[in-house]
Amino acid sequence: MSVTFARPQARQGAWLMRGPWVSILSVAGFLLIWFVAAEIAQSRLLPGPAAVLSYIYEETVHGDLLFELGITLWRVIASFVVAMVIGSAIGLVMGQMPAVNRVLDPWLIVFLNLPALVIIILAYVWFGLNEAAAIGAVALNKIPNVVVTLREGARALDPSLDEMARAYRMTPWCKFRNVTLPQLQPYFAAASRSGISLIWKIVLVVELLGRPNGVGFELHLNFQLFNVTAILGYTLAFVAVMLAIEYLLVQPLERYSTRWRNKPV
Amino acid sequence: MNDIQHAGVTSQFKIRIEEKTHIGADGTRLTAIRDLSLDLAPESMTVLMGPSGCGKTTLLRIVAQLDDQFSGAIEMPADARLGFMFQEPRLLPWRTVRQNIELVAAPGFSATDLERLAERVGIADMLPRYPQELSLGLARRVALARAFATEPDLLLLDEPFVSLDEKSADRLRRLLLDVWSARPTTALLVTHNAREAILLADQLVLLAPRPTHVVAIETIDVPQRERDPKMIEDLHTDLLKRFPANFSGL
Repeated sequence: MSVTFARPQARQGAWLMRGPWVSILSVAGFLLIWFVAAEIAQSRLLPGPAAVLSYIYEETVHGDLLFELGITLWRVIASFVVAMVIGSAIGLVMGQMPAVNRVLDPWLIVFLNLPALVIIILAYVWFGLNEAAAIGAVALNKIPNVVVTLREGARALDPSLDEMARAYRMTPWCKFRNVTLPQLQPYFAAASRSGISLIWKIVLVVELLGRPNGVGFELHLNFQLFNVTAILGYTLAFVAVMLAIEYLLVQPLERYSTRWRNKPV
Repeated sequence: MNDIQHAGVTSQFKIRIEEKTHIGADGTRLTAIRDLSLDLAPESMTVLMGPSGCGKTTLLRIVAQLDDQFSGAIEMPADARLGFMFQEPRLLPWRTVRQNIELVAAPGFSATDLERLAERVGIADMLPRYPQELSLGLARRVALARAFATEPDLLLLDEPFVSLDEKSADRLRRLLLDVWSARPTTALLVTHNAREAILLADQLVLLAPRPTHVVAIETIDVPQRERDPKMIEDLHTDLLKRFPANFSGL
């Protein structure tokens, strides 16, 4: 048997847990560990945060950092859109038509398990070292994941709402927009979330192997020069871009599309 | 296997079902309806009453053309508008009450019409809310308003007041009569509540257990508004005597 007493200290600590304070402290803690490690190592191979930040600043003002970030971001967005559109379409059809599902399921399993590197190499070999091959290869890596997620979404569609839409003779577009899409929203959100992080990692590999620009190309170049400051600088800069997309675009969008869910009864 | 004939707008709704058989996942066949024939009088309330599981919901789904796996024919005007009130409200949780109604409203149905209808069924304050914020009783009112907003030629109601407490159910029945008499339309209501059936019906259709067909059609001539509790009890006693299978234990 256990007896729990109210702990007044818990209330005092509560302000710390609210708002952005925890996140800020957590990031500060990370920087501190990095700083201490760099001070101890005193090596060209582990520059401290200050060195990396000043590199980012220098490259932004005098170098190509913004251009390279832009190119990579463009490839991420293009692959993401292609993968989401094609993957959702296939997933929805597979979820709603068991016959199609039986036909395509073995393909899906093959593509799910095909290493990203294989797809990238084959795309470059077969279609040449060009932009379309690069973006296509990245999208192809992501499509199977989108298909699997959206297929579950299509299977989970509520038949009673479908019946309602049919009884009221909704037009196909009206039904798609108001009945089907909102039910798929959580599945789209899940697919995009896991998608955007997977895609940007693969985009770097694609750039490293066969593009003359972009963050991946820069990483490759600086790896050959053993310039760790530049590698960390480019990485940090692009992570910052992805964080901004997450907090300024993805999360507000998600809050907006689930606004009906958050109100208490 | 079946055909749906489209007659002129003035003609009434005719239901002819030779047979409707459900085939289960394991291949078992279950005949729900056999030789059921029913004409709906225009602008009147037809109430279907039968034991649970006798295929009433199946029948409504066939009439609404949600199910075409049957042999027989449903005759109705080609462009007939339908209002359907299901056992559950079936509102879209991601659309506000107003949007839920607007989405299916008849082409000429204006914002003023919508507000007037909402006022009448007592949901005027709920229009900007989402369905999840509503109680079951309120959600049913929204479903009722939605069914009428389509300005239906045929109104289908599938046990629309089930699982409400008797007081709320009674209020909603009065509300239905109120909205319905403001704009009379051909209506087909399914229930297994005898007193509800007697209160609402112009034509009371008694159905047999599965496979179901029409046992008898009772016409109640007194206008719904003039039916008081005593009259309903008397009618109930009378029907119980004549159709014990349909009215006992209900």
